[in-house]
Amino acid sequence: MSPAIGYAAIVAVALVSVLIGFYGLRISRTTSDFYVASRTVRPWWNASAIGGEYLSAASFLGIAGLILLTGSGGMWFPIGYTAGYLMLLLFVAAPLRRSGAYTIPDFTEARLESLAVRRVTSVLVVVIGWLYIVPQLQGAALTVRITTGLPSWVGSVAVAALVAIVVAAGGMRSITFVQAFQFWLKLAAIAVPVIALLIVTGAVEPELAPAQAFPASDGPGALDAYRTVSLMVALLLGTLGLPHVLVRFYTNPDGPAARRTTVIVLVLLSVFYAFPTLFGLLGRAFAPDLATPGDADALVLVLPDRLLPGVWGDLLTALVIGGAFAAFLSTSSGLVVSVAGVISQDLLGGSVRGFRIAAFASTAVPLVVAFATEPAGLAGSVGLVFAFTASTLCPVLILGIWWRGLTARGAIAGMATGATLSGAAILGGALLTAAAPAIRPLIEQPAAWTVPIAVLVTVLVSRADRRRMPRGTDAFLARLHLPERDRG
Amino acid sequence: MPESMLLAAAAGVVAGALAVGVVVLLRRLAVQSKELGTDAERATYETLHLASRAAKHLRGDMTEADAARAARHLRSMLGADTVALVMTGGPVAVDGDETLVSVAERLADEAVGTGRPQVERRVPTPSGDADAAAAPILADGVAVGAVVAFAGRVRAGLVRATGEVAEWVAAQVELGELDASRAALAELEVRALRAQISPHFIYNSLNAIASFINTDPAKARELVLEFADFTRYSFRRHGDFTTVAEELRSIDSYLKLERARFGDRLRVTLQVAPEVLSTVIPFLSIQPLVENAVRHGLEAKEGGGRITIIAEDRGAFAEITVEDDGVGIDPEVAAQVLAGGTPGEHVGLRNVDARLRQVYGDEHGLVVETNVGAGTLVRMSVPKSQPGRSAASVDARSGRPAEPDGRLVP
Repeated sequence: MSPAIGYAAIVAVALVSVLIGFYGLRISRTTSDFYVASRTVRPWWNASAIGGEYLSAASFLGIAGLILLTGSGGMWFPIGYTAGYLMLLLFVAAPLRRSGAYTIPDFTEARLESLAVRRVTSVLVVVIGWLYIVPQLQGAALTVRITTGLPSWVGSVAVAALVAIVVAAGGMRSITFVQAFQFWLKLAAIAVPVIALLIVTGAVEPELAPAQAFPASDGPGALDAYRTVSLMVALLLGTLGLPHVLVRFYTNPDGPAARRTTVIVLVLLSVFYAFPTLFGLLGRAFAPDLATPGDADALVLVLPDRLLPGVWGDLLTALVIGGAFAAFLSTSSGLVVSVAGVISQDLLGGSVRGFRIAAFASTAVPLVVAFATEPAGLAGSVGLVFAFTASTLCPVLILGIWWRGLTARGAIAGMATGATLSGAAILGGALLTAAAPAIRPLIEQPAAWTVPIAVLVTVLVSRADRRRMPRGTDAFLARLHLPERDRG
Repeated sequence: MPESMLLAAAAGVVAGALAVGVVVLLRRLAVQSKELGTDAERATYETLHLASRAAKHLRGDMTEADAARAARHLRSMLGADTVALVMTGGPVAVDGDETLVSVAERLADEAVGTGRPQVERRVPTPSGDADAAAAPILADGVAVGAVVAFAGRVRAGLVRATGEVAEWVAAQVELGELDASRAALAELEVRALRAQISPHFIYNSLNAIASFINTDPAKARELVLEFADFTRYSFRRHGDFTTVAEELRSIDSYLKLERARFGDRLRVTLQVAPEVLSTVIPFLSIQPLVENAVRHGLEAKEGGGRITIIAEDRGAFAEITVEDDGVGIDPEVAAQVLAGGTPGEHVGLRNVDARLRQVYGDEHGLVVETNVGAGTLVRMSVPKSQPGRSAASVDARSGRPAEPDGRLVP
């Protein structure tokens, strides 16, 4: 594969993203017709935008790599990533939209009438955003190294710099139509190659016989039950707390629209995830040599050229690279906008200058972390971020919506407990497993015990603190749960 | 063994951090005790500190929890064994011996009834007899409750102190009422500032409609319906908030009516990010800006001009800009208008500015960029997140079904 294709695809996607980021609104929404101007975003568009912002490096590259590496165990990831929206649909989407809050800190502050809770939530949102940007930058490093041969730090720095500059300059403000376009770009960039490769491989003999490529021992039954359950808890509940996804729900005009949007997101994601999974299966049959921890994530980038040398292969490769970069750019810019918004609002007084400083800070920190840590598989590291989110923001969000008794102290205690436990498991994991190998699964997939403990602490402290239940609780909960139409 | 070394290092770090913490704590204690001053100073400080902490709970609508917290501070202030705070028809809190509730209520009733302090000796309590002193809380000359203090032996000092504390509580209650009336006043001010439809506009619109009745009856009919829509929105009584989308709809009606007079001389460009359509804004806060642009910017300009309305998504804020290329305003006049001087001209701007400041704070007032002959740009920025407020829909009462995108069917 020639490096020129890599350069061309990366530069093209970067340019297009920046241009429509700056001029998107002007092009799509300049009119003299009030009817056109006051048309709200349809659930279809909004759902596509959520998909565009949500599908990150882990989805685009990580899942195929993980399936190549571990077999059917990797298939739990796309299931969890998608099914998280089912939880969102059932428990959070409509009430959160009705609350009128824009971000999670806004919600917790309004629900618990406490500035301290807002501060703690803000810190967690910033930490989660940073942790989530790290795998995006590592994915960019991998893509640049594989496709152009440049040293891998170039990729991380390029994506970080691009996102920081564009967000600070006021572009890429998570415009719905831009993000929706990104989703369809990503879908096309992975679906077209897969379909082309399936047609081509119909005539080619696989390198491994099917029985060898998909041994029964790697089937779904071979998986450790605890790990699977814990992973599912993390992925299902973690989706509820992702800051860049939740702000999208504000664009829906009301609760029912928020629900419809979520249903469409479920459909769109289900369609999307079929393709990385197929990529992984193709990889197992035709490129078993890539199944090493460092290289597996590059499967999606390498496979088209291997199976289809020549011009067509080059075109498919360019398409895949473009899709991958679109994934890095859209997810990280959405996250940087969210994180910088929280930092500038809570720390720097909400000024434009504060937002710019915050935008640079919120890309610089993940960049340093990306350099300092060894990339350990994109899907896996995103899974850990989900575990952290599930044990910190998710209990507060769900209990805040569904339980009258939650108090500010309970929420803070729960968030602190969840953050400490899951943070210790993620950061000190290597140390702890070395000291006591028996608890290895508990450390590597912490969600199954950290989430219940966080919920328990939240409930117990709230019970002990019953006198401090916020005064407006009943009014606020009525607002969350009564349909808009009956409110009058 | 690397693992044991790592563990040892971790243990070392933890122990070091603990040691540093203990040293810092001890130092702080030592410094504090030196800086606190003489006993009298400390007593004054203690009393004032307790008073300011209790004051917080005595103002505004007192709940059981507020009363309980206030009673705790009052007990420390008085140095009594038990203190009861009894508000007539309100919360009753006892700090100390909870079994004395009935006695406290009886004494409080007596104090409230007579309006004078009461002392009762030898009240039987589980821990032996105690004396009680009760003093009425007289707010604006009316007894609203009483403070009752129990001690093993009540001396004149405690009786006097109880009286003083009751008077202080009364002052706090009065202050709380003052706060409440100030809030009510602010709300009334917002109501009064609510933009009103200008008589000029009604007169001009009806004239314009009249001129079409013979020449173009269909257009006249359409304009009458627009006029009805616009007045229904502007005259509604319930709710102080609306959404950007609804406000845009009323601006549409308004501009259609103005265009009946201006014809092609009035051109409009809209650039509205759909993300901010559902943002909650004060009722009639954009329309007056548009009206100001038409009335003072374009009406005086030969050949008319263009109005540009931009609503942008700025993260946690929605930014709305109304710009015209009309005759502009003298910057000094504009500054005076916003400062509250020269009523009459540009009263719409002043009105919107005052309401935005009232609702969102001073940093969210209008920003006006203008000069003579250079057009006018008015910008407002509203936080997207307003969980306490919901937009009262025009449709909520009439029950008219809205189309899926929220537009009314005429």
